[in-house]
Amino acid sequence: MTTSVSPVLPGRDASRPGSPPRRRPWLTYQRKDALAGYVFIAPQLIGIVGFVLVPLVLIFYYSVHEWNVLAGTFTFVGLENVEALFADPQMGEVLTATGIFSVGLVVFNLSLALLLAVLLNRRWRGVTAFRTIFFSPVVVSLVAWTIVWGFLLQDNGGINGLLALVGVDGPNWLREGPTALLSVVVVQVFKNVGLNMVLFLAALQGVPRELQEAAKVDGADERQIFGRIVIPLISPTILLTVIITIVGSLQVYAQIAVLTQGGPGISTTVLVYYLVQQAFDFHHFGYGSTLAILLFLIVLVLTIAQWQLRKRWVFYEN
Amino acid sequence: MRTDTLFDTEPAGSLDPNLDAAGRRPARRPRRPSSAGRKVVFYGVLSLLAVPFVFPTWWMITSSLKPVNEIFAFPPSLWPADPTLQAYADAFTIQPFAQQYFNSLYIAIVVTTGTMLIAAMAGYAFARIRFPGQNALFLVVLMGLLIPSEVTIVPLFQMFNGLGLVNTHWPILLVTTFGAPSVLATFIMRQFFLTLPVELEEAARLDGLGRWAIWWRIALPLSRTALAAVAIFTFLHVWNLYLEPTVYLLSPELFTLPQALTRYTDAYGGEMWNVQMAASTMTALPVLIVFVFAQKQFVEGLAQTGLKG
Repeated sequence: MTTSVSPVLPGRDASRPGSPPRRRPWLTYQRKDALAGYVFIAPQLIGIVGFVLVPLVLIFYYSVHEWNVLAGTFTFVGLENVEALFADPQMGEVLTATGIFSVGLVVFNLSLALLLAVLLNRRWRGVTAFRTIFFSPVVVSLVAWTIVWGFLLQDNGGINGLLALVGVDGPNWLREGPTALLSVVVVQVFKNVGLNMVLFLAALQGVPRELQEAAKVDGADERQIFGRIVIPLISPTILLTVIITIVGSLQVYAQIAVLTQGGPGISTTVLVYYLVQQAFDFHHFGYGSTLAILLFLIVLVLTIAQWQLRKRWVFYEN
Repeated sequence: MRTDTLFDTEPAGSLDPNLDAAGRRPARRPRRPSSAGRKVVFYGVLSLLAVPFVFPTWWMITSSLKPVNEIFAFPPSLWPADPTLQAYADAFTIQPFAQQYFNSLYIAIVVTTGTMLIAAMAGYAFARIRFPGQNALFLVVLMGLLIPSEVTIVPLFQMFNGLGLVNTHWPILLVTTFGAPSVLATFIMRQFFLTLPVELEEAARLDGLGRWAIWWRIALPLSRTALAAVAIFTFLHVWNLYLEPTVYLLSPELFTLPQALTRYTDAYGGEMWNVQMAASTMTALPVLIVFVFAQKQFVEGLAQTGLKG
């Protein structure tokens, strides 16, 4: 730190003309300011170190140990948990469910969000009310929303009741393999699609009108304008929402726990659910930590990708 | 990104308003008028799409008013034939629901207030104060954004177990206030403070104010919009927490609402749907009502967070 150009506080430099120049106190303005900076960030920094970074180091430590809670033993086992991970007969199904869930969520969520944004990006009467309707599930309590859908999707629930009115015999949505995962995806899409819709609306409003009008003059129809001008211009937003939605989908836990408890079989057991089950239901803390590392690595890769895309996105915005 | 106009005013650069619902323009039609027929299609499609967004809430509220024998009536009734508030009364007697409601409320208020304070301090320092190691420390803090809370739940549980704090509210209060959600808040606050004019602070400094006074009396009052955004997404995040309470809390009188909602079962483990719907209604409706009145802040606030889920 240099101390040469500090703004002088009133009363600080008490040297009078004629008297010998006083030595500057050690606590200059900059030093005081820097000290204030450390104090300001201290709560946040301590929190991150204590509740994020130390636990992160600990999962690596736990993952090379076998932890028997009942016997109270904690023994070093090296890479046995990693070997168990590769040998785990359920891992294939868990990762498949996780992958299908993420891809399904991205496809349904983004196509519906884009459709809604395009429909609602106009000046017609009542459009604002519809925007409110599509956004409103975002603020409804997640578990309440999920419970209601669980109620609706039962074998004798509201959905099948409505289907029966038109003569269709609906499946037992949450208890049959193929429909259970689909149901969880759909429930999650309706809950959160409003967020992506808002992002797309903002992006669509950033598309210059002159470009579209120029294309129209050149004889392009609406479909061509949308496909060749609008989509490329909002593509940074599309890429960003894809990554955000995938990372979010990897953290979905409450919906699974409330709707299906991972079943039927393990067909809806996604990675987070499996992790919590192994650690807290079966008390396999070492194995649970290994699963946590796997989850962390997947999220890490996706977040780095998101960061790269965000740079592009910000650049585009400017 | 512009989100300020999304809900309250009309879009500035919207697509041609003459599109029909499928995004096509019919051939051979004069340019200006949007015919009544296409408006009918437009509003028809939107109303149909709105059903899965509105129906669950409708079903939740009406079912909470139905007596048990009407819950699974066939054909399903969209309106309770014989409305009763019995389920609402039952929600409070089967579980300590008032206590659980209070738990959720006070945890949400404490965490939201704490997060606003911590994030406003750290965000201000990272944006406005120069100190050695600033960039490195900012990167350390940003690491918190990278690591989902699900990844660290096992060691955190063990830490709090070792401290004897399992089955108390402390893990939820501490981890949620100081951990990952406040990092996002700090980032938002930093971005906001970067845009504040420096001259304001220089003037205050010449008037002899120290950093705390500048922060508290100049910067904070100017950052109401950013603080509101942080408050909204923090509140929603805490209000929705499910994994942490189920891991840390064992006694029903300590439960938070999301956890409590799943525990309305009869002696045989069967779901008591009307009671569950009553409790769900009481959990969901207050926030929904606040949203309808303050939707502009909600949408801007959530759009600023970079969006979860």
